[in-house]
Amino acid sequence: MRVVLVMSALLLAAPAPAVIETYEFESEALQQRYLKLSAELRCPKCQNQNIADSNAPLAADLRRQLHAQLHTGKTDAEITDYMVQRYGEFVLYRPRWKLQTAPLWLAPILLSVAALALLLMVLRRSRPRVTQPAEDRERLQKLLPTKSEADGRDA
Amino acid sequence: MARLNLFLPLVLFVALVLLLARGLKLDPQVLPSALIDKPMPQFRLPALGADKLLSRESIIGEPVLLNVWATWCISCRVEHPWLQRLAAVGVPIVGLNYKDQEQAALDWLQQLGDPYRLTIVDAEGSLGLDLGVYGAPETYLLDAGGVVRYRHTGIFDEVVWRQRIEPLYRQMLAAAAAGG
Repeated sequence: MRVVLVMSALLLAAPAPAVIETYEFESEALQQRYLKLSAELRCPKCQNQNIADSNAPLAADLRRQLHAQLHTGKTDAEITDYMVQRYGEFVLYRPRWKLQTAPLWLAPILLSVAALALLLMVLRRSRPRVTQPAEDRERLQKLLPTKSEADGRDA
Repeated sequence: MARLNLFLPLVLFVALVLLLARGLKLDPQVLPSALIDKPMPQFRLPALGADKLLSRESIIGEPVLLNVWATWCISCRVEHPWLQRLAAVGVPIVGLNYKDQEQAALDWLQQLGDPYRLTIVDAEGSLGLDLGVYGAPETYLLDAGGVVRYRHTGIFDEVVWRQRIEPLYRQMLAAAAAGG
């Protein structure tokens, strides 16, 4: 029983925040910018983690840089430029708008439009066709063999 | 036309297979270096085992390889014998001891041999950051003017040298000979 209690207590435990160092900020605004940028910069070492999330030593270095540069008064654009100059476009989770990245930005829109068009087409095609009884009878007459044709076949 | 439409799923399937097959062949670890054809960054860092400061000017002047290594890096141990062989035939190699402990680095070079003309101590990883290093080992080829011409990430071995770096290196030597 006690084991079960302990186990269920563990279920309630909040996962400890993975990271990491604590930084102090001169102002709330700086902290907000730090959080935003560290969530948008990708750790070059770890394929698919942002630097806020990763505990790779390189990510720690980049966080230190980010913190220091924010306090020297650099703008967001200057800081992302600094990172891109060193690690290339790969570090940006929000790629810049240019020819190479156009497919990334446009694909979701194009695919949604295509999907919508397809959906409309399928819906339109599957709608039952309403016809008049008189019209139906006429078509049926055309399809059925006439009397003389039927006689001929028997002979 | 309606009959051709029947082939549409097949066409789409083949297109998807081709796309995914291409994806399988790409190595996501290989990042394009942002520093190619740009000058080697400026730095001011101590030399390993010597009481002096090194800067960009201490390493440029001729085509040179810059090898980023550390004692905690297992792949560096793997590529070390090849660096030794390359140094033995006279290819200049500069070491960048990246985020390492000085004593450990000295011990390593004493035990395994020292292929480097100079070794820069980058304990904080600041030059590594400027170079865009994201893990050791990495090897850069700088030309005589100190411009980065090639970057290899991962183990540097004879195949990489012969196929990728040596042709560039020979070109640089030829250019230097023609110019001088």
